Amino acid sequence: MRSASDLPERRRYLVTLAAGPAIWTIHFFLSYLLPAVWCARVAGRPASLGAVHVTILVATVVALLLIAAIGWNGYQRHRHGGGAAPHDGDTAVDRHRFLGFATFLLAGLSGIATIAVAASVLAFAACRP
Amino acid sequence: MTARDPEPLADAAPESLRAAQVDRLTRAWRAPSGWRYWTEVNNSDVGRWYTGAALIFLLFGGVLALLMRIQLAVPENDFLSADRYNQIFTMHGSVMMFLFAVPIFEAISVLVLPNMLGARDLPFPRLSAFGFWSFVIGGTFVCGSLFFDAAPRGGWFMYPPLTSNVYEPGVGPDIWLLGLSFIEIASIAAAVELIVGILKCRAPGMRINLIPLYCWYVLTVGVMIVFAFPPLIAGDLLLELERALHWPFFDARRGGDPLLWQHLFWIFGHPEVYIVFLPSVALVAMILPTFAQRPMAGYSWIVLAAIGTGFLSFGLWVHHMFTTGLPGVSLAIFSAASQAVAIPTAVQIFCFIATVLGARLTRSTPMLFVFGSLATFVIGGLTGVMVALVVFNAQAHDTYFVVAHLHSVLIGGALFPIVAGLYYFFPFASGKQLSERLGQIAFWFVFTGFNLTFLPMHLTGLKGMVRRVYTYPAGLGFEWLNLLSTVGAFILAAGLAIVVVDVVRTVRRRGHAPRNPWRAGTLEWLTEMPGQRWGLRSVPEVDSRYPLWDQPDIVRDVDEGRCYLPDAEEGRRETLVTSVIDATPIQCLRVNGPTTVTMWAAAFTGGAFIFSTFHWYAAALVSAMLAAATIVLWLWTGTATIPEKPEKDIGLGLTLPLYASGSASVGWWAMFIMMLGDMTAFISLVFGYFFFWTARPDFLAVVDGPGTGWPSVALVLALGSWVATVAARRANRREQDAAFHIACGAGAAFALASGVALLAAPAVTGMDPTLHVYPAIVWTLAIWTAAHLGLGAVMQIYCLARRVAGRLTPRYDIDIGNVTLYWHFVAITVAIAVAVMAGFPLLS
Repeated sequence: MRSASDLPERRRYLVTLAAGPAIWTIHFFLSYLLPAVWCARVAGRPASLGAVHVTILVATVVALLLIAAIGWNGYQRHRHGGGAAPHDGDTAVDRHRFLGFATFLLAGLSGIATIAVAASVLAFAACRP
Repeated sequence: MTARDPEPLADAAPESLRAAQVDRLTRAWRAPSGWRYWTEVNNSDVGRWYTGAALIFLLFGGVLALLMRIQLAVPENDFLSADRYNQIFTMHGSVMMFLFAVPIFEAISVLVLPNMLGARDLPFPRLSAFGFWSFVIGGTFVCGSLFFDAAPRGGWFMYPPLTSNVYEPGVGPDIWLLGLSFIEIASIAAAVELIVGILKCRAPGMRINLIPLYCWYVLTVGVMIVFAFPPLIAGDLLLELERALHWPFFDARRGGDPLLWQHLFWIFGHPEVYIVFLPSVALVAMILPTFAQRPMAGYSWIVLAAIGTGFLSFGLWVHHMFTTGLPGVSLAIFSAASQAVAIPTAVQIFCFIATVLGARLTRSTPMLFVFGSLATFVIGGLTGVMVALVVFNAQAHDTYFVVAHLHSVLIGGALFPIVAGLYYFFPFASGKQLSERLGQIAFWFVFTGFNLTFLPMHLTGLKGMVRRVYTYPAGLGFEWLNLLSTVGAFILAAGLAIVVVDVVRTVRRRGHAPRNPWRAGTLEWLTEMPGQRWGLRSVPEVDSRYPLWDQPDIVRDVDEGRCYLPDAEEGRRETLVTSVIDATPIQCLRVNGPTTVTMWAAAFTGGAFIFSTFHWYAAALVSAMLAAATIVLWLWTGTATIPEKPEKDIGLGLTLPLYASGSASVGWWAMFIMMLGDMTAFISLVFGYFFFWTARPDFLAVVDGPGTGWPSVALVLALGSWVATVAARRANRREQDAAFHIACGAGAAFALASGVALLAAPAVTGMDPTLHVYPAIVWTLAIWTAAHLGLGAVMQIYCLARRVAGRLTPRYDIDIGNVTLYWHFVAITVAIAVAVMAGFPLLS
């Protein structure tokens, strides 16, 4: 196990905590705005969503890969030096593990929510069924 | 344990020195006497006033609810006229959401957070006081309208065209739009205070994995406010421009679209529900471990729940608009997100259950209200999943089923925990304990009354009774359900009346509660009974999530002044600033004391909004200028003050600087957060532009656009001003006086010229904002951006003046650092505004 001095405080870990949900947010707005603009301005309401589906599918794969990478990184930090929750010690190592674990959990939630949103878009063949 | 950990602590100072320290602390934190008491800005006073005021608004909103229930008790009742009923239901919703639910969270947080964090005060006490006075002025104004038969009638979500000046010509909607915008700005200010407080003002050693769960929730909610309130402010601006100047944002005949209001309102309104709910759950997360006498199970999972709910709540707003004819695919996305939010919500409830499972709970009023809350909230949550389904929603929309659902989540999820919190934190706030017996009686009244009122309402709704209609005919099967609801409402009210009686009785009673009466584990319970104005006698090093349980000598060490900052040698109010992640002490922050300037600033700002309501624009302008002058005076005399010495010894062998600038200063963080909110409001206006473009195929075709010439000039000048500001900061650091003065002066000139050029664009091309929505939204973007350029110029001139006056030096440079940060945001704003105004028409 590395000593506490190897784990100086880095604000980027606080940013990473929100990275999973932030990716969900971007994916969500893309999934909402792209079909909305497509239906209103490009293809019209009876039109097929085919082209939108491909874009959303690609965006979903990219989003899920990024979320998985963030989650994996969080998990690694959570398991740093063989640690296990609740990570409530007054040490840099426990702080490091806690931020990792919370990042991991948020990535999991973001992944599920991303899949749910993408699935709803993909379930529709046209702007208006 | 860290290398910095000061334990074991040195022996306590001699008795005489300790007495002198207490004397100096007392003098530094003493409140003014007589009427001047109200100039106090200390968090414990402002927090108590704020809580009291929010509770008074709760009672006011509650009385309005009772009036509605009397009207609905029997069919064809004429207790209230239709018009009066409309005013009352509008005000009931508005008061409960804007004057009770959000402010009470900020009030409780201002009150308890400093002690919970181990701070003497929050970093911007005057900002809290300003927020409080704004709240009181705005709230009284909005509520007062009801007594002059002038209240808004369009429902708490103010849908146009019902609230346009065609259908509602009086001042009612203006009172709502301007009065509540004013309060929303105060709410954002409070959110900034709370976020910076949690990130930067924790007790040394309170690492991010050790902060009380309450703080995680407040942090999340603070950030949510910063992103959720600005879209509503943008919407308020557009609707008020339509009402006052006939700019047709929501008028379909002139290219507008009323649905834009619904989007902007609910982008605010749905996160708002969680802004109300999460801080209340936060209270539960503090109360449960105390009564279970064990740490909260699943700390990290609760952090997941708080942050996860915060994010997901921004993806739910369209579920209020399922019946507006949006494409099916859009509805499906929001339905999916609405159901996904049930996951984090359920996670925290399971954590709560896990905490109390097997614990030997103490029977008490706070716990009763917590259990009542969990049961009721789960029912509301389940009906929430039902209305999140598009098909069911189409049936239940606008019926009493929705009224039953929303009251279950708001009363179960927010009001019950707040009453639990009232009983729990009352000894903390007043030094006295409320009556256990009356509390338990009150609970059963409230709980029974609530269920008698709202459970039947599900059925009333499913039978088809629509909300917001002042009466109903007999024979539709609504009679007994409504009568039951009315009886229930009075039982609920009787329960709350018992709470009020208990509070009044207890405040008048002599004697104090024992210290830490609930045997809680978190820092706020270090408070003496009654609490001292300076909060903690000395600031301890924190080693645990529940320091009072895990650090055996902490009470003695703190009381004997053996920890940090046991003294106020210079007679100044001081608190510690620590690093964001590990809470390493980095600065001893001087915070401001009592002043009248915050009251004047709130009064003049309020005047600007209130006079505008009545179209007294000259008076409004004078009031706005006085507000600006007062705020400049406040900044000049009370912020970025150069200390008499660079650093001071805060005890335990630690010496900290008294001044920090750039991203190390709390002011920089406040500016950053404020500008994120400001940018969100601007993006909401840009969203409006593109919304009209998608909704109206002829959006750009009806009138000519602003061209590219003047917008390009504006962009170049604005970028010049931005570069000048960055150069000024550099010149200041390098002690190049002349270069600094030239850069600030040139920056201000460029900024003003840029603003003029931006306004010239739609002016010279003859865009008439009353003709069509396209010129209206272009003008709005131009005015918004020009106003920011103007404010930027004021800031540059302010820095110039500060430098001349010797209040800004190469070493003490907070002002220019923060102004540079502001200018980064303005540069982005101008770039986007020009790209949209001038660039986008070229593309299409």
